[in-house]
Amino acid sequence: MKRTLENIESQFETFRILNEDGEIINEDAMPDLSDDELKELMHRMVYTRILDQRSIALNRQGRLGFYAPTAGQEASQLGTHYALEKEDFILPAYRDVPQLIWHGLPLYQAFLFSRGHFHGNQMPEGVNALSPQIIIGAQYTQAAGVALGMKRRGKKSVAITYTGDGGTSQGDFYEGINFAGAYQAPAIFVVQNNQFAISVPVEQQTAATTLAQKAVAAGIEGIQVDGMDVLAVYAATKEARERAINGEGPTLIETLTYRYGPHTMAGDDPTRYRTENMDNEWEKRDPLVRFRSFLEKKGLWSEEEENKVIEQAKEEIKAAIKKADEQPKQKVTDLIKNMYEELPSHLEEQLEEYTEKESK
Amino acid sequence: MAQMTMIQAITDALRTELKNDENVLVYGEDVGKNGGVFRATEGLQDEFGEDRVFDTPLAESGIGGISIGLALQGFRPVPEIQFFGFVYEAMDAINGQMARMRYRSGGTKAQPVTIRSPFGGGVHTPELHADSLEGLIAQQPGMKVVIPSSPYDAKGLLISSIRDNDPVVFLEHMKLYRSFREEVPEEEYTIDLGKAEVKREGADVTLVAYGAMVHSSLKAAEELEKNGVSAEVIDLRTVMPIDMDTILESVKKTNRVVVVQEAQRQAGMAAHIIAEIQERAILHLEAPVLRVTAPDTVYAFSQAEEVWLPNYNDIIERVNQVVNF
Repeated sequence: MKRTLENIESQFETFRILNEDGEIINEDAMPDLSDDELKELMHRMVYTRILDQRSIALNRQGRLGFYAPTAGQEASQLGTHYALEKEDFILPAYRDVPQLIWHGLPLYQAFLFSRGHFHGNQMPEGVNALSPQIIIGAQYTQAAGVALGMKRRGKKSVAITYTGDGGTSQGDFYEGINFAGAYQAPAIFVVQNNQFAISVPVEQQTAATTLAQKAVAAGIEGIQVDGMDVLAVYAATKEARERAINGEGPTLIETLTYRYGPHTMAGDDPTRYRTENMDNEWEKRDPLVRFRSFLEKKGLWSEEEENKVIEQAKEEIKAAIKKADEQPKQKVTDLIKNMYEELPSHLEEQLEEYTEKESK
Repeated sequence: MAQMTMIQAITDALRTELKNDENVLVYGEDVGKNGGVFRATEGLQDEFGEDRVFDTPLAESGIGGISIGLALQGFRPVPEIQFFGFVYEAMDAINGQMARMRYRSGGTKAQPVTIRSPFGGGVHTPELHADSLEGLIAQQPGMKVVIPSSPYDAKGLLISSIRDNDPVVFLEHMKLYRSFREEVPEEEYTIDLGKAEVKREGADVTLVAYGAMVHSSLKAAEELEKNGVSAEVIDLRTVMPIDMDTILESVKKTNRVVVVQEAQRQAGMAAHIIAEIQERAILHLEAPVLRVTAPDTVYAFSQAEEVWLPNYNDIIERVNQVVNF
């Protein structure tokens, strides 16, 4: 009997373009991005890092609610997103608010989502996305459906969805990639492998050496990417998108990354399951440091430019919080009205009851 | 007019809506070439093509998930869960996701999905085929649950369900698929969701039922008539939302009620209906409202099925208790 596992696993090498010093180590794979586009990518990463810092601070002040920190994962989140077009549809997991913001969700609405106000979930017209999914992996089967729908409509667009390393253990993960493969639907499945599902290390999720190899069982393309290398993430996603819209089927992209902060701001303490040494090792690979150094060598980035982005981010965050504060208070009657297109009589009664309660 | 069985009426409704609206998609396990294990989709793939009527991989959660995605792309999906006992695999997709979409998107996204599925006892299936699980869905705000009891109703209710812009679980009792034929118009027609029908008028007691229990209740009513008890029989047709107006109107006339369900007794639709009746019409009641249900065990192995399932004798017994209270 021929053994195949080792052969398959050895095929999955980590795709890289920049090393930790920001030097190109894979010239052939270098994506075709103009200087302005490269700067824009840096702009987004710096902005998002500041947004994360401010969000954590606002959460601690009690001015934000549910928040899942993003620092460390910027290249995985924004590199994948940068390869998308406006018409592409995003099905994010709970940590993937940055992609929604760069896809067009106004910042004040992202804050309302965090605060548990339904307006945060109302995507503006033309922003093709769902609000973040809470159930791990549920978005994978939905992405297969959105992609199948795009294929049936003859659209040249893709559905992209995100989960983490823990998500690859869910049944819906397999069903999602398998359905999309069976229908050759234009979907991109991203696994941000940040090494821990809350506290459980990826080694305890699976015997598989890579998560990308799970694509093989579904008969679709899979690639493992250095998720701290924004150019590699971008290039892999861009290629997956092109294949998808050319009718060549879905792709599973595993990005190797790390979240610097806790799982969420609701009391998780990473020192219970991660070592300081591990944190330090990953911080050396920081996606911003690396890309900044790449851009500086090209003369495309300076401290002055970075400070400009930081100031802009802070101003916009301040304005967005103010706007979020000004939104009308959420009412139970609003929720009741959003249950059905036409309210059945039992909800009509309850609407009346809560209209009365909330008018007091 | 044609004479149709319930399964033929269902196929006819699917054909009608596939013709009417190019966004309607019909799919599930074995629904394509095979026409479904009960032949509900017989001939539809030939008529409408593989892009509109198609087989899926064998995974109920995946079927639920792609339905959500297809609806987000403006389609009107009509997936089939091959047997409703398999729905546990898809419970997150249905109750956890589909039901919440309009709510969680602040009214900006709809899920016009109709999930068809056979269920119901008395046909000697293996485990997890026959269970009455309507209560699982009815408990989830955002869902509608429709259960027809006749070919005529099946066609009109299915067309209404498909046209509805909220998710509907449409449950087809297996025992009724081919048990009788009736006149079904060939042209299209709809029956409003959430509207019960008085199947038989009576003066002494009201029987509230749905699905196959409508027929057991009608048979019980015939027997009771011989003993001078006049029973009114209400077919709910939609079990969520429930047409309380029709029930209450009848209660105010008969002052006595028995609620009949094929499902087990615990935490069932009947309990909910009885709570609503006593909250809204207690002064009209001459006796406690009783239930006819299956016992609180897991669905019976088929050797014990005949006794386990509620039948018209059980209904007569309960009616006599209520009438002689």
